[in-house]
Amino acid sequence: MWNLLQIELFKISKRPRTYIAFVAVAAIVFIFQFAFKADGQSYMDLMLQNVKDSFELEKTKAINGYFMCYIILNTLLIQVPILVALIAADSISGEANMGTLRLLISKPISRTQLILVKFAAATIFTIFLLLWMAVTALFFSLLIFGADDMLIFRTKGEESQILQITKDDIMWRYLAAFAYATVALTVIAALSLLLSIFAENSIGPIIATVCIVIVCTIISNINVPIIDRNVKPFLFTSYLVGWKGFFYIGVSPQGVPIKGSVENWPAIRNSLLILIAHIFILVGASIVVFNRKDIVS
Amino acid sequence: MIKKVSFFVTINLLMGIMLQAQVLDATTLIQKVKANIDKVNDYEATGKMITNVTFLKVPQADVKVYFKKPNKLKIKNEKGISFVPKSAVSINLNNILNGNKYSVLDAGKDKIGNTIVRVVKLLPEDDNADVVLSTLYIDEATMVIRRAKTTTRENGSYQLEMTYGKYVTYGLPDKIIFTFNTKDYKLPKGVTFDFDDGTQNNKTSSDKAKSKTGSAEISFSSYLVNKGVAEEMFK
Repeated sequence: MWNLLQIELFKISKRPRTYIAFVAVAAIVFIFQFAFKADGQSYMDLMLQNVKDSFELEKTKAINGYFMCYIILNTLLIQVPILVALIAADSISGEANMGTLRLLISKPISRTQLILVKFAAATIFTIFLLLWMAVTALFFSLLIFGADDMLIFRTKGEESQILQITKDDIMWRYLAAFAYATVALTVIAALSLLLSIFAENSIGPIIATVCIVIVCTIISNINVPIIDRNVKPFLFTSYLVGWKGFFYIGVSPQGVPIKGSVENWPAIRNSLLILIAHIFILVGASIVVFNRKDIVS
Repeated sequence: MIKKVSFFVTINLLMGIMLQAQVLDATTLIQKVKANIDKVNDYEATGKMITNVTFLKVPQADVKVYFKKPNKLKIKNEKGISFVPKSAVSINLNNILNGNKYSVLDAGKDKIGNTIVRVVKLLPEDDNADVVLSTLYIDEATMVIRRAKTTTRENGSYQLEMTYGKYVTYGLPDKIIFTFNTKDYKLPKGVTFDFDDGTQNNKTSSDKAKSKTGSAEISFSSYLVNKGVAEEMFK
């Protein structure tokens, strides 16, 4: 299994498209950093609106490395599933396209092992992509903008809130958020892997994955009560942004943030469990489908 | 008949004199309070600020307050970010008592805690002044303002509640609770992509009323009075 995994990782590392994802992430991050360095105040003004009429706030302090990383992740984690799909959706269909799939399954390894190794390789790619995001979005931002307390702008029900997290209480939240994002993006990898079994080339499963993610994300963000109750709980995209839960700091009855706390841990835990269940179901389905598949090409 | 008329005239005259004396008393009271405050040319105070506004969930801040006569005041956070209410400059009582261009009205007595205080209303003589009315609750024993309510033309109303301790001789409080009007805060839709964790805000009408006001509580631990404060502190 280990040798097989090494071979899969070697194959991924040799594909040019693997590096498209890393270049795309770096490009988006640097564009954001440049834009905020040049005119971050405008964004702050938009978010603070009439608060700035009533309160004095040192906006230059508010636009710091931690805040930048949150803004970048907020945007990127919607696009990154597409980048994960680029690699994961190629797992089986790419082999079929190159005509190596029959050769591969003729080797003394089970189809289940093959699927598990392909999934593990896609997961490792996802982890590396997130590590790259952490380096560029978090550590480079800290180098460029410095560290300070972090402001979170949030809508909770009908109310808009501004949460402040002190800088000594942030790093563990990012570690937890990146760990959560790894699980969330692994769901996308598992979905792409399943779809790649049905195709003879990688374009189809890549486009199918992207379409599913986009449609489900749009539905997850529609605020209609009937959809909120009956549809959203069943869409995995509703749980992809669960990493933000680590930044919703718990507050005392007086409204003072409690250091080291999160507002609703059970909700984060449940979202995480739902995502893990998705991974098991999708990988399980991939194993079943691939074992039954008649491979003729 | 003549006796009756002279009796009413005498009563009226006496009442007029007493009323005049009470107005003078209130003015004198204000002057004494002002003299107390005027002892302070500048100060640098260290304290902790708790901001209580519905939409702001911010931690307690370690602040430094710098003051210089006549009306320079700056609140700075020692570390981290702080939301300082803009109208907090009114914690400088010089702002209320500066100049003599107001009419002083004695509004009797009231009670704050166990202390009986004199209530004095200040009406600015300038019709275009932003402040419409200030009501001061003065502790006659220590000649300090315990509470001040100010109504403005443009910036709503605000109230100061002060508790005094070892700096009472300078008229400087140990604790100030500053209550002010706030505007509703609403984020633009579709920019935050929030995680819906299922919790809802079921606000009652009293909660909504509360969200229109906010307060900031500053507890001072020390003052450096009349030691000089550099101009750059106010930038």
